[in-house]
Amino acid sequence: MAKLIELNGISKSFDGEKVLDSINFYIRDGEFVTLLGPSGCGKTTLLRIIGGFETADEGNLYFDGVEISDVPAHKRNINTVFQKYALFPHLNVYENIAFPLRLKKISEEDIQTRVRDMLGMVKLSGFENKSVSTLSGGQQQRVAIARALISHPKVLLLDEPLGALDLKLRKDMQNELKSIQQKIGITFVYVTHDQEEALSMSDTIAVMAEGEIQQIGTPTDIYNEPKNAFVADFIGESNIVDGIMLEDNRVKFSGHIFDCVDGGFGENEAVDVVVRPEDVDVVAPEAGMLTGKVTSVTFKGVHYEIIVDIRGFKWMIQSTDYVSPEATIGIYIEPDAIHIMKKSKYSGMFGDYSSFSDEMDRLSDADAAEEF
Amino acid sequence: MKHLSRIYLILIFGILYIPILTLILFSFNAENSTAVFSGFSFRWYIELFNSPDTFEALRNTLILAVLSALISTVIGTAAAEGIYRMRSKLMKSAISSVTNIPMMNPDIVTGMSMMLFFVAVFGILGLSGDSMGFVTMLIAHVTFCLPYVILSVLPRINELGNSLSEAALDLGCTPIQAFFKVKLPNIMPGVISGMVMAFTMSLDDFVISYFVVGSSSFQTLPLLIYSMTKKKVTPDMYALSTLVVVTIFILLVISNLKSGKRVGDKRKGGVKK
Repeated sequence: MAKLIELNGISKSFDGEKVLDSINFYIRDGEFVTLLGPSGCGKTTLLRIIGGFETADEGNLYFDGVEISDVPAHKRNINTVFQKYALFPHLNVYENIAFPLRLKKISEEDIQTRVRDMLGMVKLSGFENKSVSTLSGGQQQRVAIARALISHPKVLLLDEPLGALDLKLRKDMQNELKSIQQKIGITFVYVTHDQEEALSMSDTIAVMAEGEIQQIGTPTDIYNEPKNAFVADFIGESNIVDGIMLEDNRVKFSGHIFDCVDGGFGENEAVDVVVRPEDVDVVAPEAGMLTGKVTSVTFKGVHYEIIVDIRGFKWMIQSTDYVSPEATIGIYIEPDAIHIMKKSKYSGMFGDYSSFSDEMDRLSDADAAEEF
Repeated sequence: MKHLSRIYLILIFGILYIPILTLILFSFNAENSTAVFSGFSFRWYIELFNSPDTFEALRNTLILAVLSALISTVIGTAAAEGIYRMRSKLMKSAISSVTNIPMMNPDIVTGMSMMLFFVAVFGILGLSGDSMGFVTMLIAHVTFCLPYVILSVLPRINELGNSLSEAALDLGCTPIQAFFKVKLPNIMPGVISGMVMAFTMSLDDFVISYFVVGSSSFQTLPLLIYSMTKKKVTPDMYALSTLVVVTIFILLVISNLKSGKRVGDKRKGGVKK
């Protein structure tokens, strides 16, 4: 697949504050790319630069090999589905979708067939004459997608399009968006702070934090081989402990030497060790590689979430077997469940569950929600 | 307490409307008296319609009001959009305050300053006061109408925000197309109410018109009525005022019915949701 969009050293500041710091990144034709990161990481700004609503302070933007840094939004073959849909309230559903075609002076018959086809694809046939303000959030969303796709753009940008929908509808729309993308085969660039959404929809994920891209890769790469503590913590749950790489395939952490499958580090190099909570097996204390005391157990439906204190570090374990709080348990970790990362500026900031509680989780979700 | 509030209500409405009712009553007076009602007649209405001066003044007033409303709406809407797009917050609030000055100023100050300005300009151009009149009045009216248009359009633009315009640009509109095809239709209520306000402001302005009309013979209704009060107000002016009151009443009823209907529509929409 050819490179369709290429960003070369893109930087942007607002009021002296650096929002994007020298972003290098390319997007292939036909790909579903997600820019994933917490609010304020610069992902929306990056999308707006690609769409032509912001100009980068530095760097170059190429589209199909041609520099488009100075091309205004209306001359780019890129359309956007905005966060709040931005449907035109003075036009009905049909006219909203026909809007881009009318600008191009296309014959009335062509407009009619194209709008009807598009309405069929987004499952809104029969809604032609409705006023957009009477539609539900999900329906408005579909109109916005139809309107953005009707003039056959090469790229569709989506700025947290599902943020305003409830959970059930969001899941349905995720599947639908993915199938629309596969059907028409154009490039989707999707911005979200929801890691689950990113993992389930994308071909490629770019994880962003503090105006920089932390890691680019397929969802499985990002999940299984996170590059640093930030990525490991942001995507899914992770226990991140300090370790020392004794030699290739042998790492020491929490006072025990483990076999692992990573190599290429220096001898006795300090590293971050990531173990996913679902990869930790609970065993009897005497059979465990490490032992610890259970401090809390929460029932989550599919599994129990167990917090274990192992040498002062709180581990999170997800297990389908119940253990009682205050019990002493042993844990066992398979070699390929241990992932070794080089130390980064995020080391030590994430991955310890000592301050973890459901309440905090909810609080940070509410913070994120307020920004939209 | 209940009686008190009723008396209060009657008092307020009495003070508000008895003078107008008296005026309407005396416009049908048979005799030329402002004190004694001596019988019902349409005499003053007939006299009014036979007076060419009055019609000339009415025509002038309407032309002036329509033109100044249109011009100030165009300039005011453009100004509001311009103010909205200003990047610097300081500049933005400075310009908004400056545009409000003509509105806060007493008419008499605005009128005098305009007069001085026009006299100076006409002096430099070597024109006499006779050529003042329509043009100077139009300029003056547009000037004092502008702030009202801006005041009514700017909040609409602020409320609308950038997202619709960005969507329009995204879908292939040039910036000009985006303004006319998307922004303007959505701020139209503000534009219309600004235009109506400008129209009524121009219609009943006397003070500023009086100062800027110069020595020309251009007359508007307020000027004409004022010049008549110097002699003696004849009941045909009552007739004219009655017609104005009735027209305004009808317009109010129509606009209230319309907005009532709009609210009803919105409710229906809400139920569908």
